[in-house]
Amino acid sequence: MVDIILKLKEKQLLGRSGSMFPVGEKWEVVRSIPSEKKYVVCNASEGEIDTFKDYYLLKNYPEVVIDGILIAMDTLGAQKGYIYLNKDYYQEFFPALKSVAGERIEIVEKKGGYIGGEETAVIEAIEGNPPEPRIKPPFPSEKGLWGCSTLVNNVETFYFVSKIKKDDYRESRFYSIGGDAPNRGVFEFPESITIKDLLEKTDNSPSFDYFLQVGGGACGEVMLENEINRKIDGLGSVIIYDREKTDINLLMKKWVDFLLVGNCDKCTPCREGLYRIMEMIEKGNYDEIEDMFYVMEETSLCPLGKVAVTPFKTLLKKIWK
Amino acid sequence: MEVIINGKRVETKEGEKILTVAERNGFYIPVLCFHSDLCAMASCRICVVAVNGKFVPSCSTEVRNGMEITTNSPALEKARKINLELLFSQHQEECDDCIWNLNCKMLDLAKEYGVEINRFWDRKSHYPVYHFGASLEYDSSKCIDCRNCIEICKKQGVEFLEIKGRGHLFEVVPSEKENRDCIYCGQCINHCPAGAFEAVGEFEGIEKPFAEKEKKVIFQVAPAVRSTIGEEFGLPYGSVSTGKLVSSLRELGVDKVFDVPVGADFTTIEESKELLERIEKNNLPMFTSCCPAWVKFVEFYYPEFIPNLTSVRSPHIILGGLIKEHFAKKEGFIKEELMVVSLMPCVAKKHEIEREELMIDGVRPVDYVMTTREVGRLLKKSGVDFGNIKEGEMDNPFGESSGSGVAYGTSGGVMQSAFYNISEKEAEFREVEEGVSVAEVEVKRKKIRLAVVHGLGNAKKVLEQLKKDPEKYHYIEVMACSGGCIGGGGQSVPTDEKIRKERKGGLCKATGEKKIRKAKDNQEVIAVYDDFLSSEEAISKICHTRYYKVGKSFVRKSEQKEKNGD
Ligand code: SF4
Ligand code: SF4
Ligand code: SF4
Ligand code: SF4
Ligand code: FES
Repeated sequence: MVDIILKLKEKQLLGRSGSMFPVGEKWEVVRSIPSEKKYVVCNASEGEIDTFKDYYLLKNYPEVVIDGILIAMDTLGAQKGYIYLNKDYYQEFFPALKSVAGERIEIVEKKGGYIGGEETAVIEAIEGNPPEPRIKPPFPSEKGLWGCSTLVNNVETFYFVSKIKKDDYRESRFYSIGGDAPNRGVFEFPESITIKDLLEKTDNSPSFDYFLQVGGGACGEVMLENEINRKIDGLGSVIIYDREKTDINLLMKKWVDFLLVGNCDKCTPCREGLYRIMEMIEKGNYDEIEDMFYVMEETSLCPLGKVAVTPFKTLLKKIWK
Repeated sequence: MEVIINGKRVETKEGEKILTVAERNGFYIPVLCFHSDLCAMASCRICVVAVNGKFVPSCSTEVRNGMEITTNSPALEKARKINLELLFSQHQEECDDCIWNLNCKMLDLAKEYGVEINRFWDRKSHYPVYHFGASLEYDSSKCIDCRNCIEICKKQGVEFLEIKGRGHLFEVVPSEKENRDCIYCGQCINHCPAGAFEAVGEFEGIEKPFAEKEKKVIFQVAPAVRSTIGEEFGLPYGSVSTGKLVSSLRELGVDKVFDVPVGADFTTIEESKELLERIEKNNLPMFTSCCPAWVKFVEFYYPEFIPNLTSVRSPHIILGGLIKEHFAKKEGFIKEELMVVSLMPCVAKKHEIEREELMIDGVRPVDYVMTTREVGRLLKKSGVDFGNIKEGEMDNPFGESSGSGVAYGTSGGVMQSAFYNISEKEAEFREVEEGVSVAEVEVKRKKIRLAVVHGLGNAKKVLEQLKKDPEKYHYIEVMACSGGCIGGGGQSVPTDEKIRKERKGGLCKATGEKKIRKAKDNQEVIAVYDDFLSSEEAISKICHTRYYKVGKSFVRKSEQKEKNGD
């Protein structure tokens, strides 16, 4: 048997949740750590606004995703696996997944808001606790479910694990394109494709004045037309905004409302910072927003508080006058 | 293993937190939400330090070998300042009336970092105040969401405080669940960095006991207060200030100052009698009952164990009864003209004195309970020079207490007093699990297993063990607070393990100084038995009580007076 971990490393597969963490390395940690039990979790909590690539895979290729999970379980010596589904996906896919998943994989419904998808919050939720992030380190690969070494990967990652095992991987990934896109949908393209080519090849080059949000409809970065000659890092999500139709303040309000409900309110910078950003948006005065960005980026407890800054920061810098 | 802090190499052990290592080596790092009794939840983000350029909270981050740590820089200062401003924006200051008034970490940090306290408006200014029985108040407009209170309440095995969604945000609230109730231990008070919890009466009620001019005011002082009250005046931890306290109280116009340990000697005598009886009748285990938070815990959460609580009243209730029923007559006072005030380390005692069944012919043995903090505040307000005042002596109408009466203030004291009262041998206790110490002794040729428990969470474990094995222990002392009353919810703040140790040390000294060791050797107590407690009826009226199953108590919610017009 060719070692799958070697193959993952050789193919340089990166986590597809947006984290870009080398998958082979994560597996190596879980495999090498002595732990009484081991677990594998497939994170299908996809919670970013207008992002739906995992939805597409669960709908069309559930057996490939589950094959990937089983490969992980066998490779790492995990008795039990979990699929952690957001509420809507749970409603829609539970029967189909259940029929392919078999005895060893349990399907769990997501609790809480957006933050419920952060990997340590997922662990808390599966254990039956409120879905709040844990302090890292230890990382789940060291101490995850019930203190045991646990692998958490995203739906798309498991899909490609299965492909790599079958030598059927062409360095591609899935991109969801949404918003005011003329041709919304999920598309598979090489990892190296530029945003420009991606839009062209999917018949999504807008004929109107636009800007983009890349990496998710809440925490993604705002990009202008002149920035699209680069590839996408992080989450494979592109949202197109029609400049004329988009009310910038309303858009920021939508983000901040989403983030305020979606975060866990545990740490000062993210909880209070977002609250004050909401106030600033309501007043339309951004004089003091840099300070909020500063503490959120530098001192938040979990990744959410850090990335939550991105949309506001990039929008204000590039578009707000 | 070693790390580098501000350029200096220091030794560390695996698993240590950056904060611990830094403090041990004399590096200062500001902290706010961190409390050494609790697992760090790292919510405030004030203690951030830079590790390889990245900011991490030092209270919760473990050291790794070779780590390079910077504890201060303009960038760190900026982050701390802004986070403090954000914390103040959810904290409605009410400094004059706050338990942290003179040693507030928030205000100290504000000064240190040049914080604009009012940079943002107080978003919680309209949040309500919750009233927990006769014991506590929780002003949610001061809460900075650190969740320490939730953690400590959980650690106490109570889980009365919870997180609840409120629009966009979460807030800390008392539970609405029918099977959850506050048992008034007051531990949330000394674990809240923002002063959101306080005792009822703190500090608006501190002059109440003196309001009725025609009444004679009698203070009785609990054991654990004497080794703590000095902290209110900047004396070192563990200083025993019994004499200073007595003279200070006199300066306030108090007519008599009595010592609760004298009451404790009566509790001991009654409790050891009951223990012997129960051993003979094989009606065990028996639990102590002098901690009212523990009593309510049993009454509410474990009513099946109510028959196991000793029927003996707690020391200040017995002494209060003796003052009103016996001392008053002897001195020619009318009991209705007395105002008996207990000075306690405890907020649960405020609830205890309201219990109807403690009344003696329609009169409460104790009229008012003041905490260590309240009396500290009152003395300061009245300008008493505590540090320099001459030491006074207690009025001891029923003689001086034994040493064991003083020992009531710390975990293990009640048990030892009762047990030493019936045995010549010493019991050797050893800690078997966190907060649980046990010993095996022989009484009446029966093997008796004793357990001393502090911290209600630990008591809960023991009750669960007893459910499975009712023979596991035969006599159990429980104190709700960690360390016993020296760590009580009414004590000076801050309170932590180190401080509790110092207070305990002080109390041990005070115990050792007593001429009589055992309650039964206290001739003056015996004289009271001969004189006054000569019938079963008198004893039961003054010294015994009963308990019953209780339902969830009502939590009153009151609106915040709109102070800022927000
Ligand atoms: S904690 Fe108390 S003393 Fe400190 S700022 Fe708040 S109200 Fe004032
Ligand atoms: S009430 Fe106090 S201890 Fe509880 S969360 Fe608020 S600030 Fe923290
Ligand atoms: S007094 Fe004790 S039981 Fe009541 S809320 Fe506070 S910690 Fe919990
Ligand atoms: S241990 Fe002491 S201070 Fe704490 S609740 Fe019990 S009696 Fe009160
Ligand atoms: S003291 Fe460390 S995060 Fe609050």
